[in-house]
Amino acid sequence: MPINENEEFRPKIVAFCCNWCSYAGADLAGSCRLGYPADVKIIRVPCSCRVNPMFILRAFEKGADGVIMCGCHPGDCHYSTGNYYARRRMTLLFSMLDYIGVEHGRTRVEWVSAAEGVKFSQTMNEFVEKIRSLGKNVRLGDLRCRN
Amino acid sequence: MYKIAKASLPQLYKAIAGSNALYLPVKKAGQTNYAPWTEDAEVDIETLKTVKSAKDAFFPQSETLYTCIRDGKKIRIEAEELINESFVVFGVKGCDVHGVEVLDRVFLSEPVDTFYAARREHGIIVALACNEPELSCFCKVFGTDCSEPEGADVVTWLVGEDLFWKPVTEKGEALTGQIKELLEETDDTAVNEKKAEIKDIAEKIPNMHLSLDGWGRDDKLERFNSPIWEDLYKPCLACGTCTFVCPTCQCYDIKDYDTGHGVKRYRCWDSCMYSDFTMMAHGNNRTSQMQRFRQRFMHKLVYYPTNNDGMFSCTGCGRCVDKCPSSLNIVKVIKAFEKEGK
Amino acid sequence: MQELINRAKELLSDGTVARVLGWRRGDLPYNPEPAYFSDEASLSEFVYNGFCGANLSKYMIEASKLEGKTLVFLKPCDSYSFKQLMKEHRVDRGKAYIVGVGCKGKLNMDRFNEMGIKNVLDVKGAELDDTCDKLIIETLTGEKTCEYKDAMLERCHVCKGKEHVVYDELIGDSADTVDADRFAEVERIEAMSPEEKFEFFRGELSKCIRCNACRNVCPACSCRKCVFDSTKFDSAQKANVDSFEEKMFHIIRAFHVAGRCTDCGECSRVCPQGIPLHLFNRKFIKDINTLYGDFTAGAGDEERTPLTSFTFDDAEPGTI
Repeated sequence: MPINENEEFRPKIVAFCCNWCSYAGADLAGSCRLGYPADVKIIRVPCSCRVNPMFILRAFEKGADGVIMCGCHPGDCHYSTGNYYARRRMTLLFSMLDYIGVEHGRTRVEWVSAAEGVKFSQTMNEFVEKIRSLGKNVRLGDLRCRN
Repeated sequence: MYKIAKASLPQLYKAIAGSNALYLPVKKAGQTNYAPWTEDAEVDIETLKTVKSAKDAFFPQSETLYTCIRDGKKIRIEAEELINESFVVFGVKGCDVHGVEVLDRVFLSEPVDTFYAARREHGIIVALACNEPELSCFCKVFGTDCSEPEGADVVTWLVGEDLFWKPVTEKGEALTGQIKELLEETDDTAVNEKKAEIKDIAEKIPNMHLSLDGWGRDDKLERFNSPIWEDLYKPCLACGTCTFVCPTCQCYDIKDYDTGHGVKRYRCWDSCMYSDFTMMAHGNNRTSQMQRFRQRFMHKLVYYPTNNDGMFSCTGCGRCVDKCPSSLNIVKVIKAFEKEGK
Repeated sequence: MQELINRAKELLSDGTVARVLGWRRGDLPYNPEPAYFSDEASLSEFVYNGFCGANLSKYMIEASKLEGKTLVFLKPCDSYSFKQLMKEHRVDRGKAYIVGVGCKGKLNMDRFNEMGIKNVLDVKGAELDDTCDKLIIETLTGEKTCEYKDAMLERCHVCKGKEHVVYDELIGDSADTVDADRFAEVERIEAMSPEEKFEFFRGELSKCIRCNACRNVCPACSCRKCVFDSTKFDSAQKANVDSFEEKMFHIIRAFHVAGRCTDCGECSRVCPQGIPLHLFNRKFIKDINTLYGDFTAGAGDEERTPLTSFTFDDAEPGTI
């Protein structure tokens, strides 16, 4: 795809959403006609705990400019404790990504319940804005995946 | 014979790089490896051994063969273009030049590997004699003369404050022609003295006198079935260090990489130490680490000579001696058999 | 060293152990290899000196599958790895007879090279009972000397301590070798700008040749089938095509051992390209210590590691 200098930068954003809260939250945002940019691609996972750190890295490898993980609020996990484990994992992973020079803003975790359509829409809008300001992810992508 | 002052080497690199791509030992993050020359590269021709050999210049660790691109409902295949511009590999040591000869026998015999052949055709090897062979070197055992590498296009020597330059082949003469104004003609007295000095040092290194008795074309089965392997392989971690630093290891694997908008088929070095080496639909024909370990050394010292008029597939560079995490290496294997009198 | 050999002979002859796992003298003065000894005669080749850096606890995974007990010599830091493997049920404590050996820091040949000491024919002062803190090195070009400390592996400068966490008996004393702060380098990198951090790690990691030595030597990397060995995974073990892969490999590897890594430093010791791989592991250890309380893998008896437990008020991701 030729890069058009005049075209606005459209970031590629991957959102991992847990089936029970955040995905339903996204659904609610839709039912309420609350918009969020089409740059966000949602991947539904059974629980935020399902998100292997490798998923995040793979998303970056294949060309994502930002990755966000959404799950139930701590204490509200459908499986009781899944998001507590996910929280520790993501804390360490994000800290490591920051350590090797990937800007903190490219990764985010947000707890969104099924009733929080507004929060979902707001979060995604904010995140997309943030990634737009950071620009294209050139540090973690695999060169072969660019087009 | 020509010479150029060591201080003018940067000009020499620049002149060579003007009409060829230039690869030479560059120090990066504390380690010296072959890399493309740039104005600000930290060239390091003093370090005796680069971590990886010069093999990469002709047989890179990884190279794309072709790309499949989705085009509507069709798939288009785009082959990777062969190298068609000349390049120079500078500062190659005798053992690595010898290593290229070993690779030639594999890749240039029928069916010819076109990627390798193209690189060989366009590559010019400028060898550099080893001023101070190290304790881990044993190149003499395999007939390499580190004081005057054979098989290169140009041979050079670092003597005192000068680099002596001697073109050997037509390609070497042509390269010399390109940079003639930087060179100064001279006789070979200084070089001959240096050569004698290098040979003296090499003579003192114990491993240079290793015996290869019993290796080579004969007695395949006896060596293969020897109980010594059972004991020898034990420390092996099954990593690929020895394979990847070796100037002669030539096994590769072909894999696909999904880029999300097409597939790149690439080949990359493989190691016989890995559990999925030569994996086939039915499984693997070597199922234990002992078998894999034995394969590596039998290949270098028995199978390869059998298929190539007695030429060994080891050049005695000693990289595995320096780098093996478990201090295991081909010298220990040869010595272990020697000790048992077999 | 003779004491170790004598004890090994006793235990072999009274049938307590079926084999001995130790280090065998190499063909050069500085390259002993890990080895099994099954009879008293073969123990004549046994060696234990400053060059025996190899951590033998990982070999105990295979040794645990053999008939009878294996006598294994573990340095203080190796015993952490063994205990961690025990907790993960990867080694069988009942199959091991552990002789904890003293250690006064292990040596690194790269340091010798950096000091311009090459062609080493003999090294004096590297034995455990040598009290002198200088090494006398006989080379092809004459005798050279250097401080023992200057030739030590990085990990020994930040040694975990002289105590063995698991053993049946102890032979030999250890020396204090600590003279650096374990997290100093990590802190130095943390203070860099994202650009500097990225440049630093790109420089280091682009040297990676994907030989997997770091993984294969790592006592915490004990999976029977590694994710990077999967043929269905296109960033699998061998390829080294573009800038991304090495990063992926090393981050994932460090993550997989986070909370289980005892910081034994074997990964950095074996890397043929001299990549300071411990910087990844130490970053995780540092974060774990700051966020979830001090934790040393392999030290205590608790079953849960920082990544398999939680508290209700853990820090939120992105806050550090």
